[in-house]
Amino acid sequence: MISITTALDWNWDTTWDVLPTLLSTFLKVTLLVTVLSTLIAALLGLVIAMTLRLAPKPIAVTVKWIANFIRMTPIVVQLLFAYYAFLSLDGITIGILIFGIHYSTYMSEVYRAGIDAVPQGQWEATTALSMSTRRTWTAVIIPQALRATIPALGNYAVSMFKDTPFLLVIGVVEMVNAGLIFGGNTYRYIEPLTLVGIIFLLASYPTSLLIGRLEKRLAFNT
Amino acid sequence: MDEKLAALVEAMPRLLDGISVTVQLTVLGGLAAFALSVALGLAATHPSKAARIPARIIIEFFRGTSLVVQLFWLFYVMPLLGVDMHPLVVGVLALGLNYGAYGAEVVRGSINSVATGQWEATTALSMGSFQRMRRVIFPQAWALMIPSLNNLLIHLMKGTAIVSFITIADFTYHLDQLKRVTDTVFSYGVIGLLSYFVIALILTFIMNALERRAKRRLGQGITLKSVLSPAPATATPGGGA
Amino acid sequence: MIEFRDIEKSYGDHLVLHELNFSVAKGDRVTLIGPSGSGKTTILRLVMTLEEATDGYIFIDGQPLTHEERGGKRVARSKKDQKDIRKRIGMVFQQFNLFPNMSVLENIIEAPVHVLGQSKAEATTRAMELLEKVGLADKAEQHPTSLSGGQQQRVAIARALALDPEILLLDEVTSALDPEIVGEVLGILRNIAETTDITMLIVTHEMQFARDVSNRVLMFDGGKIVEEAPPSVMFSDPKHQRTKDFLHAVLGDAEGTIGTH
Ligand SMILES: Nc1ncnc2c1ncn2[C@@H]1O[C@H](COP(=O)(O)OP(=O)(O)OP(=O)(O)O)[C@@H](O)[C@H]1O
Ligand SMILES: [Mg+2]
Repeated sequence: MISITTALDWNWDTTWDVLPTLLSTFLKVTLLVTVLSTLIAALLGLVIAMTLRLAPKPIAVTVKWIANFIRMTPIVVQLLFAYYAFLSLDGITIGILIFGIHYSTYMSEVYRAGIDAVPQGQWEATTALSMSTRRTWTAVIIPQALRATIPALGNYAVSMFKDTPFLLVIGVVEMVNAGLIFGGNTYRYIEPLTLVGIIFLLASYPTSLLIGRLEKRLAFNT
Repeated sequence: MDEKLAALVEAMPRLLDGISVTVQLTVLGGLAAFALSVALGLAATHPSKAARIPARIIIEFFRGTSLVVQLFWLFYVMPLLGVDMHPLVVGVLALGLNYGAYGAEVVRGSINSVATGQWEATTALSMGSFQRMRRVIFPQAWALMIPSLNNLLIHLMKGTAIVSFITIADFTYHLDQLKRVTDTVFSYGVIGLLSYFVIALILTFIMNALERRAKRRLGQGITLKSVLSPAPATATPGGGA
Repeated sequence: MIEFRDIEKSYGDHLVLHELNFSVAKGDRVTLIGPSGSGKTTILRLVMTLEEATDGYIFIDGQPLTHEERGGKRVARSKKDQKDIRKRIGMVFQQFNLFPNMSVLENIIEAPVHVLGQSKAEATTRAMELLEKVGLADKAEQHPTSLSGGQQQRVAIARALALDPEILLLDEVTSALDPEIVGEVLGILRNIAETTDITMLIVTHEMQFARDVSNRVLMFDGGKIVEEAPPSVMFSDPKHQRTKDFLHAVLGDAEGTIGTH
């Protein structure tokens, strides 16, 4: 270990200097954006999936193409667009909204698959019991669809987490930007950037493992 | 509107240069990612632990540390270690490493989902492991993996939009220039997002054609709907949007 | 109670039912028999509004179910009108179709509370009575997935009865069950037939059950009724050759009949 750090010209003083800043940025910006955007994406994704399923055909097709458009264009350009188009909103707010909207188009696909996976017999039972459309969705279809989708939604949340550095294009000081600013002031890039990578790895890898285990458990229980 | 169109015409050569850089990064990054995907994916399905464990570590490392971090690390830290690379090389390398790690999981999953009967048949025919992979398993896995690889390619293409931050004058960089002489909605909104969308549709079209060919070789039909559909056939959470 | 008038049903260009006419009186227990693909399930699904006829009319108690004739034209009834009639019909499925995200009790009180507007307490009391009747009072809090097939089907029967239907549709409700537990489910249905006056439309391969429970048997083939008789006659002295062949095949005995007991 010593030899590797020597070869890399690693400076431990710099490390302890920058680490607190990075960790507080992690909590205040990266996690905040991830959590709030995930909530938006999960809700909006469900709305999109239900619109595709329930709305009249012209509306459904329009929504589908808008979703495709958002999903297939860079979040960086979407961030820049929204940032300059809505000057009254600050970068973090724009980031939360754009990440939420962008990822909602992915999550809607997950919900769609989950809804499609609810067996035909369940729909038939709701008809045989004369259940209302509303009750059919809220009491039968969504609870069952959700169960199968939770792991995939979790994976997208982790994806979004690792995408948060894109926020630096609109000047948000998330972890990478904090590292670059530190580097610009001290001419030390290796410690901050390596630490940011390690923080991402330490946060995302165990989460992915947990999601994988959850996925197995949910799969066996049905 | 007329001034905007005039500005657009005036900026057109540079915008096209930018698109060309974006496409180059996408294609080269995609090829690098694909090569890495296959190498790591094969290693990750190898019976020997000596191949599997390093592959797993590399895959988890590059998936877990975020594309943007890798990009800046290669750009700022490598020169300090005495390795000077052209920014374009840095871009291709970062895209290739990050999406290659994601792609490896796709390759691994597809290989594992080739029916066990096929594996047993190759054993019954006493095929060697290289011949088995090349002639039987991989061609079948290939058809399975294309839709997910297409999703990753779109992710990669979207990920290229960050490279102006390591001094590469890509399409997004020239959009920023266009914004200065026109406005946000016109440059980023109309010209920018629409052009990226068209690039993504073209990539999808090419990948669908590849899938069609791969399936034809396996004697499987493919529906017209799946050819025309831009929606991902499978949801693959990947990094870098 | 149920009337089919000139019903036609096709899937694409595959004609399944053609000019089908029959009616079922209130309190009747009618068994539909016939070879696979003869259209028995389709008939039950039409009554439950799970399928729509391509032509013709179905009346429930004199009221049109999904379509009515107005000014010489066949027009769909409003969703609300359809729903009002549908409430009077219950169905038990071959695959049970219990809701896995709800407990046994929640499955049963779902429709009484949210469709009929009963209070939760009232619905629960009634549900417990029904569970008692099907012998599963101790399973109220359990999840359907933790029950055996036979138990799940008994819950499904209780769930259908909780709506107090005037018409009960039973489509091969024992076909998905192991042979040794078929009896417990049929026993419960026998009991319901004896103690209520619900009109029943039954599709089954259990000829002994059909004989015990029903007062009419309709033999179908190719979407048409080829023979109709009380069970005592149908099973001991079928007239039509198709019926004889069919009964012979299902019962597997020399005479193609079953005795009384
Ligand atoms: N959704 C559907 N699409 C196309 N054809 C269908 C569909 N449902 C039923 N059919 C066809 O309609 C015909 C009648 O089917 P039905 O299920 O009513 O027969 P059945 O008498 O219940 O047979 P079984 O004893 O096998 O249950 C069959 O030929 C079947 O293939
Ligand atoms: Mg049937």
